[in-house]
Order: sequence, then structure tokens, then C-alpha cells
Amino acid sequence: MNEKLAISVDDLTVAYNYKPVLWDIDLEVPEGVLMAIVGPNGAGKSTLIKSILGIIKPIAGSISIFGKPYDKQRKLVAYVPQKGSVDWDFPTTALDVVLMGTYGSLGWIKRPGQKEKKAALEALEKVGMLSFKSRQISQLSGGQQQRIFLARALVQNASIYFMDEPFQGVDATTEIAIINILKELRKAGKTLVVVHHDLQTVPEYFDWVTFLNVKKIATGPVKDIFNDDNLTKTYGINYKVAVNK
Amino acid sequence: MSISEYFNLLWTDYTLRTITLGTAVLGAICGMLGSFAVLRKQSLLGDAISHAALPGIAIAFLITGSKDTYILLMGALICGLIGAFWIRGITTKTHLKSDTALGLVLSLFFGFGMLLLTYIQKQSNANQAGLDKYLFGQAATLVESDVFIMIGVTGVCLIILLLFWKEFKIMLFDMDYTKTLGFNVRFIDSLITFFIVLAIVLGLQTVGVVLMSAMLLAPAAAARQWTNSLGTMVILAAIIGALAGIFGTAISATQNNLSTGPVIVLVAAVFVLFSFIFSPGRGIVFREIRFRQNRNDLQLKKTLQFMYDIAKTHQNISHPHAIRILNNFQGFSKNSLRKMEEKEWITLKGQEWSLTNIGFEEAKNLYNQQLKDE
Repeated sequence: MNEKLAISVDDLTVAYNYKPVLWDIDLEVPEGVLMAIVGPNGAGKSTLIKSILGIIKPIAGSISIFGKPYDKQRKLVAYVPQKGSVDWDFPTTALDVVLMGTYGSLGWIKRPGQKEKKAALEALEKVGMLSFKSRQISQLSGGQQQRIFLARALVQNASIYFMDEPFQGVDATTEIAIINILKELRKAGKTLVVVHHDLQTVPEYFDWVTFLNVKKIATGPVKDIFNDDNLTKTYGINYKVAVNK
Repeated sequence: MSISEYFNLLWTDYTLRTITLGTAVLGAICGMLGSFAVLRKQSLLGDAISHAALPGIAIAFLITGSKDTYILLMGALICGLIGAFWIRGITTKTHLKSDTALGLVLSLFFGFGMLLLTYIQKQSNANQAGLDKYLFGQAATLVESDVFIMIGVTGVCLIILLLFWKEFKIMLFDMDYTKTLGFNVRFIDSLITFFIVLAIVLGLQTVGVVLMSAMLLAPAAAARQWTNSLGTMVILAAIIGALAGIFGTAISATQNNLSTGPVIVLVAAVFVLFSFIFSPGRGIVFREIRFRQNRNDLQLKKTLQFMYDIAKTHQNISHPHAIRILNNFQGFSKNSLRKMEEKEWITLKGQEWSLTNIGFEEAKNLYNQQLKDE
């Protein structure tokens, strides 16, 4: 599994003001894993993803995707932002949002055509939202909006997927639908990095995990390192009870 | 002069035609670009920039001593761009929120501009009078060449919009995601801001510093009420802006020469008000109607369900029951019973009701639907 590194982060340090949000992170993610990033609020989970994606400029450190800088590998990477990061009252339809996933490969000025539309419709079908394609996005439920974001990333047909809390505020049906798609993607050899909050589901959903709290606490296969010791180190309190309940 | 006389005169009177065309084009370009400002949640950007342009006019006059419109507006353009640049600088480099940055730049530049205007007025220069017309605008000073420039700028703006449509749209919706796709968001953002500043500067002569932001916001806010598509919204905002310009000019010219700028803004405000109240999707009236209909509908269905529960305990579902057993049931009234009879869900006979087959099926479906939704 670890012959090839999908993501490699070296000495990454990020600060918004004076206090560092991420401190000296070294992280290697092998190709083909479904990885959760866990940690308390303010641990820098979203920041880590955004720094890898070049949305936030780090103070120090370097990032490579399949051995090359991110700028050169953009087309191999897809991103699912937090649902709350956009205004869902924007005047557009579900299909239109999914089509945005094709904009990157189209480049400047060129408009999406039949081929792109077909890909977007396929992605909508994959997330079970085909019948909502013409729906104004403000009239979708939270779970449906999350599926739309997932479909937009699927259209990018990437090798690595970064997802920022895709399970936040979705109901059980949507959560199962999403995790099934993620597992399918992993089976197809894709690498997935998911910011995740629900510790209970980590062993069930993921095969790789990174513990983060400003510094990197641990990273590795869930079966080896998802234990009380690391949880306590990350969250600062004894987690035995919470996880085993 | 009446409004209809005015529209007849349009074809023959050069001045009227120029002013009407000018305000229409101005309304159109402001409506188009205003849509982006509104969706970017920077509604007050236009206000800040138009106020920031004022010192530019004064400085241009002090340096050149000329009152030529283009020289003064060039000063306004430069100053407006500096203002826009500062706003962005303040929001990205400090912890101040964008409304604070807008307010700061607005009052700072406007205060400085007013200071320069009073300084100029105190000078013993016969040429100084008339700069203050840029405060509230004076449509009557529009000449044909001004209108040609407006049309030219609108044309260029339209081409840019069409070329970068996809980039504008995605950046307005999701800035971070746009960055990850490799688009230079600073470039797209600067492009929009530049054209917003340009449209504002074009409007200073007609509408003036103080009211200019309404030209950007009002048509866009009105258009948003009628559509859920960005493209339609931009086109509609342009049309509403143009209509506000045309009717504003017509009203001001026919009613004792009321000041044109404020009248245009008021006409645009009427469009906004009308849209807020009467648009089918988001307007207050239709929302209220839909709300009531839904409520009534649900009440009927709830009553039907209650009747169904009673009826299904009998062999014959159409077995008659006394109306008074419904007495403790909320939402039941004579009126609702009559409506249910109209729908052929029940039949009424004296003081008794009985469920029909249609009503029975309908109630059964209600159950099934609920199960499916869960």
C-alpha cells in the first residue's frame, strides 16, 4: 500500500495572527487510503487541508502531491469545502453547481459543453440527486446540498479528494450514502482525506487516521494507532469511556 | 408637458433624446454590475467608491484648472480606484470587517473631497463654480459624446462579462473552491471591481456622488426577486436599470424640471418595492398566500386522517358518524367540512358525516406518503 506517496507535507507551519494554527507538521499519506483527520475544535484540521490546497499561504513548509508541487498537480486533486462556506441563496441550480467541477479542466474562458454536462449528470446520479438537477440550490435540504458538493468533486475525476466535514449536519441516510461513495472511490484506487468529527465511526468508515492538535500527534492505519493513548494525547482528556460506550 | 408629449418629443428633440439615452445606458450598466456587487455581499462598495471619487474631481480641477468633464472624471476614476484598493487592503491586512473598511474609506475620502470643494469655492477664480453639481448630478449637462462613451464602456463591459462569465459565476459562489481549480481569483475580483468603479464614475455626472450606489443596488435587488438564475438576474437588472433611467428622466422633464438623479433613484426604488411585494417566488404577497393555502390544506388532511381513524374501525367505511365527535378536534370547522365535501372526501347528511371511497383512498395515501418520507 505504501509504495507510492499521494501527499507529502514537510515542516508545515501556519499562523493567522501570532499563535500558530499548525506547527511543524510532517505528514505522509500513501496512495489509496481513506483517511480521517481528527482533533478538537481549533486543532487546525481545515487549515491543514486548505494549506495543502494552496488556499492558505503557510509561513513555512513544503507540500507535494505525487512528488510534485501542488501547482503542477491541480488536476489530480478535488476539494469538498464545508457546506457552510458558501451562500446557498445564490441564484443557481444544482446541475450548475456540479458543472463547476468541470471548470478547472476547461481552463479560462471556455464554456462547459455537452461532454461536461453529461459528466455532471452522471455525478448527480451517483449521489442520488439526478431528479433534483433543476432545483434552485436554496430549496435543497442540508444533506442534499452536501451531496451536490460531493457530486461537484466527483466530476473533477481526481486521484486525491479532500473533504472538509462532509458528514456535518446530514441525516443518517445521507451519511450512509456518502460513506458508500467514499468507500467506492477508495476501491477504485483513489486517496481520500476527510476532516471528521465523530470519533465513534472512525474505525468503521476509515482505514487510515491522522490525529491533529496544532501539532501532528500520530498518523497511520486505524487498526494500529486508533487507541486511547492517542485519543488522550489529542483531546487532552481520557477518552476511554467516550469511545467504548 | 405631459408624459406622452415627452415621449413624442423624444424623436425630435436632441437634448431630451441624449439625456434619456444616457440615463438608460447608465441604468443598464449599473444594473448589470450591481448584480455582482449584491451577490458578493458588497452592496455598500458602490457607495464607498462613489464618495471616494469626489476628492479626485477636486484634485483634477486644482491641477488642471479645467472643468472639462473627462478630465474631472479621470480624476474621479483614479481616486475611486484608490478607494477600492484601500478597502481591499484594509479588509485583508487588518482584522477590520468589510463594513468598517467601507465606512472608513467612504467618510475619509468624502470629507477630504468636501474640504477641497470649499477650498476651491473660496478662491477668487471665476471658473470655480459648478463643481458641486457632482454631488447630486445634473443630467441636463449630458451631451452626445458622453452618451457614446457610456455606450462604449457598456459594450466593453458586456464583452468581458460574456468572456469571463463562468469565472465570475464560480468566484461569486465559492471563492476558495475557485482557487483550488487554479483560477487567479485576484484577477477576476479586480476585473469586477474595476468595472464597478468605471460604472460609478460614468454615473457621477448624471446621478452624483451621494445617490450613485442606489443605481447599482436597486435594479439588482429588484431583479433578484424574480429569478433564480444568475444570467436572467443580470439581464433583468439591466432592463430595470434602463427603465428607471428612462422613466426617471421623463418624469423629471415633465414635472417642472425636478432634479433627474433623485427621480431616477426613486423610480428604481418603486421597482424594488413592487418586486418585494409582488414577485411570485419571493414576494411577500404570494408567500403569504402559499403559507395560508398550505396551512388550510394540511388542516383538511389532518381532519381527514382523524375521520379515517374512526371510519376504519367499522366494517363499512362509509358508516355515518355524528359531527359532534369531531368537536374536540382542532382545525375542524363547518367551513372545512364543506370543503371536504367539495373534494368528495366525505358526504354530509344532517348532523352526520361519512367517508367516501375517494376520501378513504386519499387518507390511506397520506399514511403511505408519511412512511415513505421517513
